[in-house]
Amino acid sequence: MPDFTQSNEDGRSVLRFTGNLTLARIRKLTERLSEVKEDRPLVDLSGVDRMDTVGAWLIYKLKRDRRAEVVGESDEHRSLLDQVEKADQPVKVRPDSTPAFFRVVGQIGAGTAMAGRTLYGLLGFFGGLLVSLWNVTTHPRRFRINAVVTNFEHVGIHALPIIGLMSFLVGIVIAQQGAVQLRQFGAEIYTINLIGRSSVKELGLLMTAIMVAGRSGSAFAAQIGSMKLSEEVDAMRTIGVSPMEALVVPRVLATVLLMPVLGFYASILAIIGGAMFVWIDLGIPLVTFIQRTREVVPETDLWQMLIKAPVFGLIISMAGCFQGLQVEGNAESVGLRTTAAVVQAIFLVIVLDAFFAVFFTSIGWL
Amino acid sequence: MSEDSHIIQVRGLKNSFGEQIVHDGLDLDVRKGEILGVVGGSGTGKSVLMRSIIGLQIPDEGEITVFGESMIGRPEEEAKHVRRRWGILFQGGALFSTLTVAENVQVPIKEYFPRMDETLLDEIAAYKVVMSGLGPEAGPKYPSELSGGMRKRAGIARALALDPELMFLDEPTAGLDPIGAAAFDELIVQLRDALGLTVFLITHDLDTLYAICDRVAVLADHKVVAIGTIPELLALDHEWIQEYFRGPRGRAAATVDKRERARV
Repeated sequence: MPDFTQSNEDGRSVLRFTGNLTLARIRKLTERLSEVKEDRPLVDLSGVDRMDTVGAWLIYKLKRDRRAEVVGESDEHRSLLDQVEKADQPVKVRPDSTPAFFRVVGQIGAGTAMAGRTLYGLLGFFGGLLVSLWNVTTHPRRFRINAVVTNFEHVGIHALPIIGLMSFLVGIVIAQQGAVQLRQFGAEIYTINLIGRSSVKELGLLMTAIMVAGRSGSAFAAQIGSMKLSEEVDAMRTIGVSPMEALVVPRVLATVLLMPVLGFYASILAIIGGAMFVWIDLGIPLVTFIQRTREVVPETDLWQMLIKAPVFGLIISMAGCFQGLQVEGNAESVGLRTTAAVVQAIFLVIVLDAFFAVFFTSIGWL
Repeated sequence: MSEDSHIIQVRGLKNSFGEQIVHDGLDLDVRKGEILGVVGGSGTGKSVLMRSIIGLQIPDEGEITVFGESMIGRPEEEAKHVRRRWGILFQGGALFSTLTVAENVQVPIKEYFPRMDETLLDEIAAYKVVMSGLGPEAGPKYPSELSGGMRKRAGIARALALDPELMFLDEPTAGLDPIGAAAFDELIVQLRDALGLTVFLITHDLDTLYAICDRVAVLADHKVVAIGTIPELLALDHEWIQEYFRGPRGRAAATVDKRERARV
């Protein structure tokens, strides 16, 4: 146990330390030492066995702040005391903090500027993407078919089970909720209209877009972000490989081409889910279900989905790649950018979906 | 040499990754207060040896004791007592990127002494930062704002946080300029002398070997083929050792070392 006794000799306060002056027991000692108020005490270290730098720091502080005189220290203790004395310089532990008001105002300003810059950057990014696509079209040999195929696999094939299951369940939920409401009017048969039209026109694709944004958009941001951190992107540039062509174009192409397929697949699975529910709960046979679906779901619903799907794919993949390329500094930035990619993608998809809905209605695709 | 003065004792260590055998029957003793250099060609398992000793890699076979306590199959709670007696500098510094340098230093202290007074904690972090050779302005900086050499020093500051008796350094001078590397060598010797450290040092830097290592252990053929001072190793008839120390780079480092000693 480290300990010290305080006594008074010849009108001068004397602190005698004994035991181990080490980090493990230092807390109690600090508390007790803060009660010692006398100036210019005599500090006797002759009873100290082991001392580490923290112990030395404590003694040094007595020397510095109370002008204590240290006696009875061994050579090792003295060298430690010298070491900490040399190391005593004003060091800040954290960057200076600003008052709350200024911080909030600053954050709002920074947020606004950031949003503006992101929008501007996305626009520039879209332009860069078009240029790269043009370059790839005019120089087909620079087209990275392997990368596109790999991304097909990651974005598309690996997503099939989860998107299928999700859509199947969504179909059941629509059927169940719809049946409960429509039963009140004796119009249960219209459950089939509800399932068919909502899954093909909206829900199948929208849920798929959200799932792809969560699965692949985030993956794009994290992959490209960590490549940026490990200077792989810079290495590419210096070798003469355009990161836009090597990293972004394959991912965007894969997502754009796959979204219609995934959306269609999701719609079919949702209809199957609904059909199952309708068959079991309402007793409508599958044949009737299919026949009625063919009657009530117009072809324009399918076209709507197939037009929207590539656009959503473009938004999701662009948000992911763009945010990935914005990563700078540390691992935390990868996390922030990945989150931003997913949030932006889903937000933009839903905003655009609203515009599409108004547009298609006004051209008569009810 | 008595048994107690061996801080680290490795006996019959065997490590393998699938088919590939890294260590087979490796023995090693590290004496108290020495700076032991560990050298070996790429892929001879220097880092794996370090990771086995500090418990990041569970060996297939063998016995490892640190401070006289067996380290293999220890429950986490017991291993903690040993862990707080050593400090580790990883190759890239491995600083926590979301904390400032000074906060990085505080992490181990807070972990083991959660009720430590905040002011004292800040003071400790402050003098450790300066002790590791960083300027006072480095304290509130984030690792991404530091150069490679400064990051290593910050790593040392964190390794020193708990006033360890044993330090593991994984290629501390790799990637530093010669002046920075020499300063780092000096820092290690200084810290050893001031704090009575034992240092386990993995390095490829011949200058470092000549300048600061008391003994050098050579890893080859899955084991420690030789351990001793550099003159002792030079006297051995082992192909790799001869090539290592007598190659063009080895000769250059040796000449410089002799010249410096002559001057002193």
